[in-house]
Amino acid sequence: MAFFLEVLIGGLMAGVMYSLVALGFVLIFKASGVFNFAQGAMVLFAGLFFVGFTELGVPMWLALLLTVGVMVLLAGVIERLVLRHLVNQEGIILFMATIGVSFFLDGFGQLIWGSNVRQLDIGIPTDPIFLMDGEILIQSFDLWAALVAGTLLAALVVFQKTRTGRALRAVADDHQAAQSVGIPLNVIWIIVWAIAGLVALVAGVMWGSKLGVQPAIVSLALKALPVLILGGFTSIPGAILGGLIIGAGEKLAEVYIGPLFGGGIENWFAYVLALGFLLIRPQGLFGEKLIERV
Amino acid sequence: MTAQTATAQTALATSVDASATAPLLSVNNIEVIYNHVILVLKGVSLQLPKGGIVALLGANGAGKTTTLKAISNLLRAERGDITKGHIDYHGERVDQLNPSALVKKGLIQVMEGRHCFAHLTIEENLLTGAYTRSDGNKAIEQHLEMVYSYFPRLKVRRKSQAGYTSGGEQQMTAIGRALMSKPDTILLDEPSMGLAPQLVEEIFEIVHKLNKETGVSFLIAEQNTNMALRYADYGYILENGRIVMDGPAEKLRENSDVKEFYLGLGSGGRMSFRDTKHYRRRKRWLT
Repeated sequence: MAFFLEVLIGGLMAGVMYSLVALGFVLIFKASGVFNFAQGAMVLFAGLFFVGFTELGVPMWLALLLTVGVMVLLAGVIERLVLRHLVNQEGIILFMATIGVSFFLDGFGQLIWGSNVRQLDIGIPTDPIFLMDGEILIQSFDLWAALVAGTLLAALVVFQKTRTGRALRAVADDHQAAQSVGIPLNVIWIIVWAIAGLVALVAGVMWGSKLGVQPAIVSLALKALPVLILGGFTSIPGAILGGLIIGAGEKLAEVYIGPLFGGGIENWFAYVLALGFLLIRPQGLFGEKLIERV
Repeated sequence: MTAQTATAQTALATSVDASATAPLLSVNNIEVIYNHVILVLKGVSLQLPKGGIVALLGANGAGKTTTLKAISNLLRAERGDITKGHIDYHGERVDQLNPSALVKKGLIQVMEGRHCFAHLTIEENLLTGAYTRSDGNKAIEQHLEMVYSYFPRLKVRRKSQAGYTSGGEQQMTAIGRALMSKPDTILLDEPSMGLAPQLVEEIFEIVHKLNKETGVSFLIAEQNTNMALRYADYGYILENGRIVMDGPAEKLRENSDVKEFYLGLGSGGRMSFRDTKHYRRRKRWLT
């Protein structure tokens, strides 16, 4: 029992980290109907800038502030150079554009900061915590990650109810109608991409301090995909819960079902789960149902 | 020579007179081309006086929606462009302004097919209409109550997701949402679309009431000629991207061509289906 709990908690904590990446996808998808392939690259990009600044001797808080500035600037540049010219185009065209953005960010970040694995230590304690008379071991780092994700989620949920948040959701529902009531699309897009950039920064810092900041982080975006399919592309709580399920699911599967296959199922379990969901409930657990009136 | 100066002076005098009662909105001979190739409007001019209700009538594809979108400048997003002519609102040119700036100036469009934000509640839908306002939450709150007083049904359903409300409620939401921006001109595109006749009448009644009580001017594009001419003061008839006829609503209602082609009334009252079956080719004003 204690072993089960330990695996479960470890899985949930790993899941939180997936959720952080998935959140960025959901934000942009909700507001513009674009699947932002560049989210993974944005995580690396933000992580590289943050770690780069700190290595230059900039104090932690200032480095964070500077990186926030970089991400906001990036959102503006993407809107100006890419999105503005593709207004009212098919979703697939915008998707292709984000693939381009992804390559650019990936290369540009490494061009500036190099492609070495960089250690990032932001002072989060990494010592293990023992529960139930030392029977269950959890990493305190994971606990911190969960805390950060929780705060981020709460902030985003509150934001949805504000005037700007409402405008964001309006744009997500109907571009044209939003324009007709005077919501300026380009401003909204900059805001959305900036927020997605901030989420990427949080994810980048957390993943970076766990694994080191390295180009392999980009491929994390692939892990976010099953999370999104499970939670629903349009739901912020869905992204969190989807991450938890995937995280816990793959760890438990590895431990309990793994031996039947000779192990190593952790890497593909998430995708099989996602496939199952696509067959049964394509909008995900919390995805917005398409409202169709007959 | 003296005669010429005299006419020039009278012309000047009338133009001064005209500016005193200048229309709120005037569209001057605009030409609209989609995708650089498709000519949709071939020189449309119309005027909306302050506090008036003007109907823009015509069949499918005549260019009613394009005219409204040219005014509210939602045309750009559909790759349309005004290539000739200009649009004046409150006496200044507005054809280069973006929709957001126009809404701030008081001109807003209610799009055809209602276009409510399906996943937002009715109340949230209404509040998005106040996006461009900067006069504080309190004023917006009061305005919301005002809108509810015109559409009591919306107040009952304020917490429902707009996507699950009826067509009539959505049309009301769309109009209410536009009202939340504190407009002085509303461009209303096909408010009767897909609604039961009784609801259409209810909507037009509310438009009429809004016009009388709050002084908002309406430019209404409609296929429902009968209903539109009952509530409008003035009407324009569009055909193939041109205005083919215009006049005060009561005059248009009495016009025999309008009766025949738009109201479905022949010389001897309503025609039976048997007569229309072998009916001669529809008359065109321009051929």
